[in-house]
Amino acid sequence: MSSWLDYTINGLIVGNVYALVAVGLALIFGVSRLINFAQGSIYLVGAYIGWVAVVQLHTPLPLTIIFVAVVAALVGLIIERFGLRPLQNSVRIAPLLATIGISFVLDQLVMLTFSPNPRALPSQLPDVRFEVGGGTIGPLDLLIAGVGISSALLLFVFLRYTKLGWAVRAASQDRDAAMQMGVDVNRVNQTVFGLAAALGGVSGLLVGMYYNQIDTAMSLQATLKGVVAEVVGGAGNVPGAVIGSMLLGLVESYGVAVFGTSYRNLFAFLLLIVVLVLRPNGLFASARQAPPEPLTGTFIAPSRPVRIPRWALVVAVALFAVLPLLPVSFYVLQTLINAWLLGMLALSLTLVAGTIGQVSLGHAALLAIGAYTSALLSLTLNVPVGLAIVAGGLMSAALGTILISPSFRLRGHYVSIATLAIGEIVSLVILNWESVTRGPIGISGIPPLSLFGYDLVDPRTVYWFAFAVMVVLALVQGRLLGSHLGRSFRAIRDDDIAARAYGLSLNRYKSLAFIFGGFAAGVSGGIAAHLYSYINHETFNTQQSILALTVVILGGLGNVVGAIVGAVALVGIPEMFRIAAEYRILIYGIVLLLLVRFRPQGLLGTI
Amino acid sequence: MAETIAPLLSLRGLTRRFGGLTAVDGIDLDLAKGGLVSIIGPNGAGKTTLFNLVTGLDRPDAGEVRFEERDITGHSPERLAAQGIARTFQLGRVFGNLSVMDNVLIGAHTRLRAVKPAVPVIGPLLELGLALLRPASVKAEEERLREEVKVILARFGERLLPRIDQPAYSLSYANRRRVEIARALALKPRLLLLDEPTAGMNPSETAEMQALVAELKAEGLTILLIEHKLEMVMRLSDRVIVMDEGKKIAEGPGEQVRNDSKVIEAYLGHGLSGTAEQESAA
Repeated sequence: MSSWLDYTINGLIVGNVYALVAVGLALIFGVSRLINFAQGSIYLVGAYIGWVAVVQLHTPLPLTIIFVAVVAALVGLIIERFGLRPLQNSVRIAPLLATIGISFVLDQLVMLTFSPNPRALPSQLPDVRFEVGGGTIGPLDLLIAGVGISSALLLFVFLRYTKLGWAVRAASQDRDAAMQMGVDVNRVNQTVFGLAAALGGVSGLLVGMYYNQIDTAMSLQATLKGVVAEVVGGAGNVPGAVIGSMLLGLVESYGVAVFGTSYRNLFAFLLLIVVLVLRPNGLFASARQAPPEPLTGTFIAPSRPVRIPRWALVVAVALFAVLPLLPVSFYVLQTLINAWLLGMLALSLTLVAGTIGQVSLGHAALLAIGAYTSALLSLTLNVPVGLAIVAGGLMSAALGTILISPSFRLRGHYVSIATLAIGEIVSLVILNWESVTRGPIGISGIPPLSLFGYDLVDPRTVYWFAFAVMVVLALVQGRLLGSHLGRSFRAIRDDDIAARAYGLSLNRYKSLAFIFGGFAAGVSGGIAAHLYSYINHETFNTQQSILALTVVILGGLGNVVGAIVGAVALVGIPEMFRIAAEYRILIYGIVLLLLVRFRPQGLLGTI
Repeated sequence: MAETIAPLLSLRGLTRRFGGLTAVDGIDLDLAKGGLVSIIGPNGAGKTTLFNLVTGLDRPDAGEVRFEERDITGHSPERLAAQGIARTFQLGRVFGNLSVMDNVLIGAHTRLRAVKPAVPVIGPLLELGLALLRPASVKAEEERLREEVKVILARFGERLLPRIDQPAYSLSYANRRRVEIARALALKPRLLLLDEPTAGMNPSETAEMQALVAELKAEGLTILLIEHKLEMVMRLSDRVIVMDEGKKIAEGPGEQVRNDSKVIEAYLGHGLSGTAEQESAA
């Protein structure tokens, strides 16, 4: 039984760390109704600043903590001032996308400064363990508990007994009323972002010391865990976030005890989905609250789409179709093949995120489902590749829709969180379901593309194949948008309450959108699998989901032509300038930020 | 209330509480087919919450809603729309990025037949297939509805027809209200709930709207109306119900209600000055 006590202690310690992130998220959500996806990046910055302090400056522990808190708070203030404040009067989707962009930029800056290799972050405390009841506990555990509890107390005192704290609470209850009573909402926002960032940074430092290792992958994990804890506790609810964090820590710790470490995250995300579905307001929200005020603003930037004459599209398609006959290099064709594959994914996402307004952050999971289905069918059952790819598309459509369906009753930011979690769950299932997916080894020797018995290995034929598939998918999607379904999808996006009042079932139409979009994404993944000949659980990752989202926003949400133009631009332009791979994600992040700030409707406009 | 024919809509003891506040408190209401009943009362009296309870956007804590003698309490809004209950919203909820035409076509959604075959389980997939293939029957249905939309829009004179392809977000406030009413009419409703159709309209626009509602009533449409402009209420209503703090405090013909001392105290006392402010602001 002693090990159980150990797992409990471990769960509570980890929970304490999550609490530092989650409390920051809850404060920010409370004041600005925003889920800050950059919180994990601040945590990452905290860990690396801590490394600089400990390893290079040799600061004593209290000074290290203060140093990290101050630098992280500064980063938080900069994010608030330059990233989010300019978007105050923008569409509701803008700040969410901005925090995603900021998180990519920060992560990449850290990676470029410190290299992506993991580093050791030595704990500055003596390595001794005390026996407590049958379990053991070390000084670092106590420090983490101490920092967690004292931050919670300080925060409580601040919110309850200081004037600025009152202002924060007032602003989170009713922002407009607080403003009318003379509360300086900008100052409240600054305070909250500074506080949240300081807590997040210290949390990164402590986790780095706890595991004696830091690397850039920490960022996304921290954001995800913090968001899970926050949503479990009830978004915007600070004490709820603390309890949600402890619960998450314990669930994970016991889960690891029973099933092993590779299941840790699976439990976290399953907990999130269960809470989102059963109690979307969190475990501690009162069951029956007043229904949310009708929101008349739309989630999508209003704009008039740029009208492209039909002949221009025909000419463009014809030009790209004859391109391989011209003396172009293998490299150009390769680049465009990648653009067509991304274009198919973008078509799928622009339908789901743009046309029906479900901003999915886990779209790469649909690629993975299509890729694994097609690869396994052709490898183990000798299904012809062409057929296997179609089967991959159908599997993505079916499985993707079933997996996403719990999120159909959610709105806005919650959809993004749920899809992000579902994407992670798919990747974790692929990692752990070894008997089918071959687990971490991945699938190698996937047969090359072929059609009716002819292998497509020549880059020109591969190019034509991918291009033709994408054009057909685009044409069918265009036809869909012109039907009553296109109209119904867009109505649900613009105002789901009014749509329901006119007989549109949200489940039915969201399912249809995901079925249609899932097929396109699955086909893209299937083609990619046969093209790469090797795939594993990391081939289709969150970075690809975010890249697809950037493409879709660049082109204009819901815009079919825009999705393809965006894909060519984001794949082609970095290639044209031969930009090194590690700078590309930085550029994607910056592109996303600039778009959100200056052209939220994208190049060709929202449809 | 001695109704000889069973009412189209009947509410009994309808109650909705939010925490300590009882927003709707034991409301009884009967609305005969072809009738027009208005609900008036100061802001916060619970009128819109009552609408939400009737149209399924909110569930009552107690009480019952009957439509054509069937219990529809707590049914989903989709289901109620399919049964012919249409509403407009107090704050205006048009689909901003949809054109006027598409907004009104959404109103006709429950009447789609050719493209939405009533087949269980695979119905949605058939709908997807039919939407993509568009056989002649689907095309004809869409064409017919488009013509119908134009007829509905013609009711508003030249207000909406010239703007038929413009996105709704680009319309004036009054025109958005009109689009909402057009959308509701496209459902071919058997019961129409109008939530402050003239809010934010100037006197001439209000008169236009009043004429339209009178016309709809003359055509036999059954209407439940929330309205602050008493002039319009008095002219149009068969009966007026006055709500205050969730309760019904008076009911009867307009003139009778107008002279009821409780109403004067609860509503007209501060309500009149409120109306005056609203009109001077408009």
